[in-house]
Amino acid sequence: MRPIIAFIKKEFHHLLRDRQTLLILLGMPIVQIIIFGFALTNEVKNSRIAVMDLSKDVYSRSLLDQVEASRYFDIEREVNSYSELESAFRKGKIRMALVIPVNFEKDLEHQHRAAIQVIADASDPNVASTLTNYASAIVRDFQSGITDNKILPLTIQTELRMMYNPQLKGAYNFVPGVMAMVLMLVCTLMTAITVVREKERGTMEILLVSPMRPYTIMLAKAIPSLVLSIVNVASILLLSVFVLDVPVNGSLPLLLMESVLFTLTCLAFGLLISASTDSQQTAMFISLTGMFLPTLMLSGFMFPIENMPFPLQMVSNIVPAKWYYQVVKNVMIKGVGLEEVWKETLILGGMMVLLMALAIKKFKIRLA
Amino acid sequence: MISVQHISKSYRQGKGQVKALDNISFEVLKGELFGLIGPDGAGKTSLFRILTTLLLADQGIATVDDADVVKEYRHIRQRVGYMPGRFSLYQDLSVEENLQFFATIFNTTVAENYEQIKEIYVQLEPFKKRLAGKLSGGMKQKLALCCALVHRPDVLFLDEPTTGVDAVSRIEFWDILKRLKADGITVLVSTPYMEEAAKCDRVALVQGGKILSTGTPDELLKGFGQKIYAAKAASMLALLEALKQNALVKDAYPFGEYHHVILKEDRLDDLVHSLGMPDLEIMETSPDIEDCFISLMSH
Repeated sequence: MRPIIAFIKKEFHHLLRDRQTLLILLGMPIVQIIIFGFALTNEVKNSRIAVMDLSKDVYSRSLLDQVEASRYFDIEREVNSYSELESAFRKGKIRMALVIPVNFEKDLEHQHRAAIQVIADASDPNVASTLTNYASAIVRDFQSGITDNKILPLTIQTELRMMYNPQLKGAYNFVPGVMAMVLMLVCTLMTAITVVREKERGTMEILLVSPMRPYTIMLAKAIPSLVLSIVNVASILLLSVFVLDVPVNGSLPLLLMESVLFTLTCLAFGLLISASTDSQQTAMFISLTGMFLPTLMLSGFMFPIENMPFPLQMVSNIVPAKWYYQVVKNVMIKGVGLEEVWKETLILGGMMVLLMALAIKKFKIRLA
Repeated sequence: MISVQHISKSYRQGKGQVKALDNISFEVLKGELFGLIGPDGAGKTSLFRILTTLLLADQGIATVDDADVVKEYRHIRQRVGYMPGRFSLYQDLSVEENLQFFATIFNTTVAENYEQIKEIYVQLEPFKKRLAGKLSGGMKQKLALCCALVHRPDVLFLDEPTTGVDAVSRIEFWDILKRLKADGITVLVSTPYMEEAAKCDRVALVQGGKILSTGTPDELLKGFGQKIYAAKAASMLALLEALKQNALVKDAYPFGEYHHVILKEDRLDDLVHSLGMPDLEIMETSPDIEDCFISLMSH
């Protein structure tokens, strides 16, 4: 037992004495949460729009007031012609425009129907469709407001309820994603690099010519990464609860247990990489392309898996982060228990065992 | 203690093969200080790695402490101390931490084996809190030796321990090795410096993956068996050219501030006469290991 403890102590010395790397490893989750929480958001808030009110009557005024009052839109300017509108779009000053034709009120009162035009900048299709949805919703609201005391022939009201995330906050989506990404980055990269560094510096030669067994070396290498990962999970959860108002709805111990399981999977992958490479650069390159990119692209965090072509959907199944991401979303946001995520847990566990076995098998007892 | 029989090892290099070791055989007795002397690229490091169980030989058998380097590698790894050619300690750990770490992974403590390393460690003690990466070259080598010794190995493998170390530290280092030998430790040491051969009990001269000769330094010198002259003139370059072209000269090569000259027949007067250089200074000298090496290499 003593050699293992001494080895782990040595690993912590390496970790704690390399201040720069430590700062990056501990600061990364915080920076990512802040970037995703406050800068990289795809929520639509206060979008600048232009209005062209050719009617200027009571109805058109009150409709525009409602638009202005919503938190989605800011009326940047009022214009009087299509050419002005066009140039505002071209300059990128506005993302959407509302056009209310002449005789809006009259048409509504006398013909019981009136039209308004919504023009959106669809160079970013997702934003454009979100904006037009919001705009239509406001118009529907306005309509039901003015028809309150009139009986319409046939109406179906759709009542929407956004389960688990009523305010449609992006944080509910990215907190689990950032957790998966940070854990993967810290564990895989850090573990791979610390083992390969011993090879590069020649210390592996001495370690091999000692009674230490390969699995002892691997265990000792894995523990500091594990500890660091737990610290990172804690800091992400604290930030998400206290800064982003994303609560942990499910059981915290379950969430932590699943995180440890995912961490071990990443560790095993890191060890496997380190067993197959001899330079830190190669190790870093393989970790980034082999783990980071798939995590980003195929875990369902950035792009919905359902929208992917079938082959990519199949590939996403072998990305551990996909399963972890689903577990975290389910446990943290929906508040479900192990009975709902046992399948994902089992898959992650299987991946962990497989990768660990491969890593131990590939670890060379000699130099070449 | 160490037995090497017909060991060969090749490396792939591009499409071809480079033979690093070519049918090497020798024995090192218990308690012997054995030197592998040869230039860079002679195959010394490959041989060390095979004997410390880090590499597999293509052919041949080797045993260390009566254990086979392939089958019984675990036994060997517990019983030997190895100091690789490149400084291979943790630069971000202090002197003390390095030593403790290496003691612990061999299931022992510094205190338990302090006697073994005391003589070397006292010199390091004032710097025990210093990071290993910040030590001078000589100090680094001493620390590496301490780390290789801290578990009381039976056999010590030192791969070029004095390369890149200043002259004073080198002499100190060899004194330390003499004392280790007195403690009964078998030492296999490699060096590219010919003059260090004299400090070994026995040496093997290695070149191009082959052993040119094995024996005590004295035996090697006796085996030289030719008269050797040291020559000097104002223009050393012109002298060397003249010597090489002279029909009486078998071999001539620069050696320190002289050129060493070996004649085909012992006709020194004829040589001096035929060279006709007024400022020529030539005298008989005794050969050293480098002369042996050069003469073995040219055959």
